[in-house]
Amino acid sequence: MLYDVTLRMAYRFGEHAAGGRQILRVTPPTVQDRQRVIACTLDFQPRPMERGDGRDFFGNVTVEAAYVNAWREIAFVVHARVSRMVETTGLDLSPRLDSLASAIERCRALGPRSPQHFTGRSIRIQADPAIAAFARDQITPDMTVVEAVSAVNVALFGELRFDADATDVNTPASVAFAHRHGVCQDFTHIMITALRAIGVPAGYVSGLLRTRPPEGSPRLEGADAMHAWVMAWCGEDLGWVEFDPTNGIIVANDHILVAIGRDYADVSPVTGVFKTTGAQSIEQAVDVIAL
Amino acid sequence: MPLSSRIAADAAAAFLAAYQALPGVADEMRDANGAVRPVWQSFIHHVSSQSPDQLRHQIASADHYLRDAGVYYRQYGEGVSAEREWPLSHIPVLIDEADWERICAGLIQRANLLEAVVSDLYGQNNLAREGHLPASLIAASPEWLRPLVGVKPRGGHFLNFVAFEIGRGPDGEWWVLGDRTQAPSGVGFALQNRVATARAFADFYAGANVHRLAGFFRHFRDALNNMRHVETNRVSILTPGPMNETYFEHAYIARYLGFGLLEGEDLMVENGQLMVRTVAGPIPIDVLWRRLDASFTDPLELDARSKLGTPGLVGAVRQGNVTLVNALGSGILEIRALLAFLPRLCKHLLGEPLALPNIATWWCGHPAEAEHVRRNASRMMIGEALSTRLPFELDDHAMVGETPGASFDADLDARLRHAGANLVGQEVVTLSTTPALVDGVLLPRPMSLRAFLARTPDGWRVMPGGFARIGRSPDPTAIAMRRGGSAADVWIVSPRPVAQETMLAAPTGPFSRATPGTLPSRAADNLFWLGRYVERTEGHLRLLRALHLRLSENPTGTAPTVTLLRKALEERGLASQDLASQDLDTEEVVPEGLLLTIGSAINSAGKVRDRFSVDGWMALNDLAKTARRFAGHLTAGDDSARAMGVLLRKVSGFTGLVHENMYRFVGWRFMSIGRALERAQFMLDTISRMTSTTAPEGALDLAVEIADSAMTHRRRYTIATTRETVVDLLGLDSLNPRSVLYSANELHEHVGFLPGANIFGEMSPLARAVLKLQSSVAVQTPTTLDDATLATLREQASALSELLNSTYFR
Repeated sequence: MLYDVTLRMAYRFGEHAAGGRQILRVTPPTVQDRQRVIACTLDFQPRPMERGDGRDFFGNVTVEAAYVNAWREIAFVVHARVSRMVETTGLDLSPRLDSLASAIERCRALGPRSPQHFTGRSIRIQADPAIAAFARDQITPDMTVVEAVSAVNVALFGELRFDADATDVNTPASVAFAHRHGVCQDFTHIMITALRAIGVPAGYVSGLLRTRPPEGSPRLEGADAMHAWVMAWCGEDLGWVEFDPTNGIIVANDHILVAIGRDYADVSPVTGVFKTTGAQSIEQAVDVIAL
Repeated sequence: MPLSSRIAADAAAAFLAAYQALPGVADEMRDANGAVRPVWQSFIHHVSSQSPDQLRHQIASADHYLRDAGVYYRQYGEGVSAEREWPLSHIPVLIDEADWERICAGLIQRANLLEAVVSDLYGQNNLAREGHLPASLIAASPEWLRPLVGVKPRGGHFLNFVAFEIGRGPDGEWWVLGDRTQAPSGVGFALQNRVATARAFADFYAGANVHRLAGFFRHFRDALNNMRHVETNRVSILTPGPMNETYFEHAYIARYLGFGLLEGEDLMVENGQLMVRTVAGPIPIDVLWRRLDASFTDPLELDARSKLGTPGLVGAVRQGNVTLVNALGSGILEIRALLAFLPRLCKHLLGEPLALPNIATWWCGHPAEAEHVRRNASRMMIGEALSTRLPFELDDHAMVGETPGASFDADLDARLRHAGANLVGQEVVTLSTTPALVDGVLLPRPMSLRAFLARTPDGWRVMPGGFARIGRSPDPTAIAMRRGGSAADVWIVSPRPVAQETMLAAPTGPFSRATPGTLPSRAADNLFWLGRYVERTEGHLRLLRALHLRLSENPTGTAPTVTLLRKALEERGLASQDLASQDLDTEEVVPEGLLLTIGSAINSAGKVRDRFSVDGWMALNDLAKTARRFAGHLTAGDDSARAMGVLLRKVSGFTGLVHENMYRFVGWRFMSIGRALERAQFMLDTISRMTSTTAPEGALDLAVEIADSAMTHRRRYTIATTRETVVDLLGLDSLNPRSVLYSANELHEHVGFLPGANIFGEMSPLARAVLKLQSSVAVQTPTTLDDATLATLREQASALSELLNSTYFR
């Protein structure tokens, strides 16, 4: 599957223009057996004083940009052509849930995809008794990991209401879950909390969805801005499998990966503050077209 | 035995009569048989030969020193923080040189071991991969900083300055209780403890063969200076700022070693190079001794919530452009659970056993260890595996000897079964005791000792001494200062005379004058505002004094001049709600606004404490204290007028100290600019208000009084005040230090000394604006200086502040 991707983010500042140093995680990387980036550009308007390209610990593409002068508007645009390889979703090769702990322990290397990073607490993920109890209610000990994660995924999709205005970027998972609403970020944080509570290593994926569904299929939630979903570690053989709780599906063809991490804090598209005392507004536009 | 020594022995015995070592606990002074250890004998003889009065006097001299030097620490509790006087326990801890050398060998081995561990954790990660360390423990630690994985420190070493907390167990052997590799504190306080203690026992100390500390600091200073790639870059200490518990130490040690003192805000990154923002523009810096925890140092790549950091710092480290001491990420070595693995890691990495054991620790992530901890819970502290607290520090999340802390989830069995990896068990510490003077009597108190190691080109050096914590009671958990503990000096005593060390190198060439360093913008900003706030306080006080003088003459408060003064005070934010009602009985004599202004002055001063004298700081605090004391205890009128006079003299005390004693570096210029600008604005305001045609009768005299110029006016004009005489004296007389022209001249002079004021004959916009103000004032006559001109001048003056800001403080 071949996609042309456009992502545009524009920051507008009020009376007090802003500058500063930011790290962007907005460009899709090539991920073995998942997606291949054929071409990708990231352009800034205006051009920053400094620009440095790199990779972070998790292998995400980072672009560091610094503005010395103050600007009323700063925008950047990503254009990419990405080829998505369809993963086989046939066999469930995952172990039983109750033997996952020993599988995790056998992973002693601390490379970026090691499940060791994705258990327990992280900056935005704290244990939450209510979410843990909900997760435990969805599973039985004899389930495989994939079965368990799918059960939690579907259950959360049924339980939570998509509401674009109810939460903000800083809302904790516990609060969003208590109100049973939120956007993709909240769905994702809640599911990560749930999976870690039942011993499944889980991480945060940020990315893009195709904006225009194939004929006959429904349009997926989260397609008009950057999207987020969950990756769950399903044992040594299967490795990481992606689930989209906002739409209650296992990730297949429609999801283009941009960045992975333990939670939003690791993948947030723009890190760093614009130095301004005034108001600012952000505008985001996404276009993902299947060729 | 000669008579004199017998008397001495008797005195010592009497002095020590109450000193009973506690059962099952080692004592520093008495050996296992109860005899005074040889290293203590002459010191005990000396102390016991003093009369109680002499001893009190000696101790007082140490306390006196600490007060004069302004030594304090900040204590947090109940949501408030306060500066506390330094709690010195006056009796030093004496350690025999030979014993100390054994300790040193163990500590140096440990420092090398930790270096090997941390370079693996940020490098190959073989320890985790091969199972020597649990991968989950590393991955879960917030101190394993992923952005630094794979980054080799520029100098090759992660650790350059470390501290170890050690204690002596019941068997008399020393144990390591905890490792301090993040940003160890205490070394500056140790130095202050030494100066104060040496003063208390001055006669004895001089001949006592106690190893001196200066050599250690000299070597460390030289080592840091050698790490610079550019010799003109100044090594600096990175501090979290004045709200940190140990800020005093940061400022003190920076001054002592000749280093700069910077906060994250002082730094910026430009094309991967770390720079200091100074009044002369950004200048590069490449060695920082950080006293700031790593996660706070860069909000861009580390903790985004940090307000203390410098965006881009990690990038500069990654590009090899800066050395941080210690390297970012070294804090991972402080986690408790690591103590469980270090004995085996030592054999694995160094091929030898730990020379100095650490406190027995079991990580409960494995069933066997978890079971051991469960069965022996009564003799254990069970707490969070990733905690970096020392064993004797109180911890709500821990359970000590089966007594759970307030936040400890008591279902231990379940936690050990399901989440054992989050827990460690540690043997409950028993610390040795050491003598402390309690109400003139020597009593045994628990002690732990912090030892400091610095990496030099010749390897690790151990400071011959240390920072001892002394418990308030026999309870070893009451050793922390927040629980009433105190600090003591540590004397390493040699049987032979010791070398006299100094910080200063002998001169090696002809005399050359050192140029003063460049002033960081933030310091300039604070000095400027300090000058302004102090001058503003003075203006407040002069208006308040004038008001109360008038109220004392006319207690009804209805005189037009009183109304005029109230209006002026109100515009300065000094109105109390009662002013409107003019109810004199409840009138607030010390308005909240006055206290706030003084508070702002102290706040600004607190941020540049390393830049002016302890006396100046004390004078300012004395002013605040007196003002607060007056608040609520004064009645309007005469009483208050006199009180304002007292406060005015205290302000002069501060400005006098500063202007008589402060070196005329560029920081002093900024402070003086603040003062002159504030004064010019105050006088412009006073003139417009009091000489206007609508001003009531008596306003002219009031203006002269507020400007403290009554005597001069009488002498110069020998007539009653007229608008012309007042405008002339307060506005245009360049010999009157309170006149607008005088302040404008001052501004002009000071601005001329600022960096970039005049480049090849071209004036900076600020210099131009100041010249314009100065000449606009200078060309006036009492007739031309009318309301409209005054208004223009006031605008010109207030525009200077923003111009200064954009030129120097950004």
